[in-house]
Amino acid sequence: MRIRVGHLYPNYLNIYADRGNIAVLTRRAILRGYELAVYAIGPGETLEPSAYDLLYIGGGQDREQALIAPDLAAKSDALHEAVARGVALLAVCGGYQLLGRAYRGRDGSVMPGAGVFPHETVAGDTRMIGDVLLTCELEPGEQHELAGFENHAGRTLLDPGATPLGRVVYGFGNDGSSGMEGCRVTNALGTYLHGPLLPRNPWLADWLLSRALAHATAGAPPALAPLSDELEALAFRVSAERARRRGGRR
Amino acid sequence: MLPSPGPVRSAAMGFRLQLELGAARLAGALSRAARRGGGTTIPGKLLWRIDPGAVDALAERLPGGVALVSATNGKTTTTTMAAEILGQSRSLAWNRAGANLLSGIASALVAGRGAELGLFEVDEGALPEALARTHPRVVTLANLFRDQLDRYGELEIVAERWRAAIAALPSDVALVVNADDPIVADLADERQQAVRYGLDDPRHARPSLQHAADSKYCVRCGNPYAFAAAYVGHLGDYRCAACGHQRPPLDVAAREIELRGLWSSRFLLATPQGTQEIELALPGLYNVYNAVAAASVSLALGASLPDIHAGLERFSAAFGRFERVPVQGKSVVLLLIKNPAGANEVVRTLETGVPPVLVIALNDAIADGRDVSWIWDVDFEPLLARVGHVVATGERAAELGLRLVYGGLPPERLEVLPSLERALDRGLGLVEAGTELVVLPTYTAMLALRAILVDRGLLRPYWEERPA
Repeated sequence: MRIRVGHLYPNYLNIYADRGNIAVLTRRAILRGYELAVYAIGPGETLEPSAYDLLYIGGGQDREQALIAPDLAAKSDALHEAVARGVALLAVCGGYQLLGRAYRGRDGSVMPGAGVFPHETVAGDTRMIGDVLLTCELEPGEQHELAGFENHAGRTLLDPGATPLGRVVYGFGNDGSSGMEGCRVTNALGTYLHGPLLPRNPWLADWLLSRALAHATAGAPPALAPLSDELEALAFRVSAERARRRGGRR
Repeated sequence: MLPSPGPVRSAAMGFRLQLELGAARLAGALSRAARRGGGTTIPGKLLWRIDPGAVDALAERLPGGVALVSATNGKTTTTTMAAEILGQSRSLAWNRAGANLLSGIASALVAGRGAELGLFEVDEGALPEALARTHPRVVTLANLFRDQLDRYGELEIVAERWRAAIAALPSDVALVVNADDPIVADLADERQQAVRYGLDDPRHARPSLQHAADSKYCVRCGNPYAFAAAYVGHLGDYRCAACGHQRPPLDVAAREIELRGLWSSRFLLATPQGTQEIELALPGLYNVYNAVAAASVSLALGASLPDIHAGLERFSAAFGRFERVPVQGKSVVLLLIKNPAGANEVVRTLETGVPPVLVIALNDAIADGRDVSWIWDVDFEPLLARVGHVVATGERAAELGLRLVYGGLPPERLEVLPSLERALDRGLGLVEAGTELVVLPTYTAMLALRAILVDRGLLRPYWEERPA
């Protein structure tokens, strides 16, 4: 079985070590006996909604984000269709912002987004920078924690009733005041957390792989064989402790 | 070319400054006596707090004026090399221990009273204020890479602040710029007083742009650059096919470069004064960049080619950047890593002779960057397939261990020991007598490792090292 990963704009959006997330997905798939192939999707290239089981979009500097934003907005229909099909998706930082409806600059300018996530982002005066700890419940009754690092000036405001990725325990989160972080639509997840996110939060990597496999097989999400993850657990504990000690405060 | 010294301050101002200087020097002596460190920043921090204008006044008193050096990578080494060259014929006020904020410059000014020339490395973020306060006659801008995003912000934010500050400089200020960095070279565009330096030896170009390359898109029109040669990150011989923006002609260049592993390098330094072969006791292409930058600063300040030759060949190491310390019949080689571009060059230097044992130390204090994402942008992979054993250490040792294992290091070749002292001893225990232990620390890990070596009597504290 082969998992097909579409990596959007890897040459433009790669500032927060996004290839670390891809490396974790790849290795954890291989260790379970699956193949995983990564395809770069660049500006001007067609996004075929059924061609991928997992889509990934990272964060970039403002300049690079502005360069690809019109192209991403033009891929809006294909992205909506992929998410409706149940394709797994992880969007980090700038990618998370760009997949919302719009980004409003401080000068009043509006940069339209792809509209996959029900949110708008408004530029803020200060950056929200620091370690973060979240609690998440992606499956009813299954609580997990996520530890990461955030660095964003944008305040992302979820629409009423929208589902966040998690609740902020320590840190700023989407907007520094709502206590919510990230967003979820079906199997699409958006978040400000990098670090990169997946190495120290292997449960989330496995959740994404399981959803991707469900799409690949047109079946139910399979249970993946557990891995030892000792080093992952140690890295998580240090990162979570950082968030407790010096995460952003609302 | 030499601007005349500024007007002398009033006697009352001078008296107040004398009092402040006395207090500041006393604080430095107390700090050293209390073994709190070199006391390198204490006097300046105090003076800076009492009267920031004292920096302006002290800088103005230097008869030879001030030269500033800023960059993401290499500013300490470049400035130290330039001090070695220029210090032969002039007395210098310079911030030798890398204290490169305004308070560090203030300290160097206090310590170097009576000096002829001020030579200061400046933190990228502090450059605009340093320019405004010290009124330099020569400003060197060596490179901009992504670095500690939690501290400096995005590269473009730093670049924008530099653009505004450089545009405000009088036209008689000489700019020394790295022509191989598109953003930096563009800052000197149409500037009369400018020295443009770079590398000219495509044999040392990377086969392709590295993952962490930053300025890949044209500063003028946003289309991708084509690189005839990419040497270090995005530094190289670039051209935009869409608008024609390209690397300007080089005034000073390194040609026929020869790299000798972890030991040394050699190149031909081509200048308007002639060409000189340089033997450098430092490894790596990035140090060739630093040497060409130091030569260019020195030329802009009127140094002769023989002085540049002598100064560069006498130079051995800048504080903590590259040091070889004898330990129990072995030696410890410290190579600082602090951001993807710099660490990639250290990795490249090790590629020709991969050491059997490596100690890599990752801390996450403010000076290291609290966000450790950057280790995933470093291309450690060429080492991981061939290194015998890696000890991951520092406060984020586990995170580093994950980076290495997910990068292909077999887990049985990895040891995770957060204690720096235990990791150093473990590494020393693993290498054979008569060989070297290579240690790659981040900034505060480097300071801590040096402190361990100082405590063991193997290394002198930096504030006792020879004057320039």
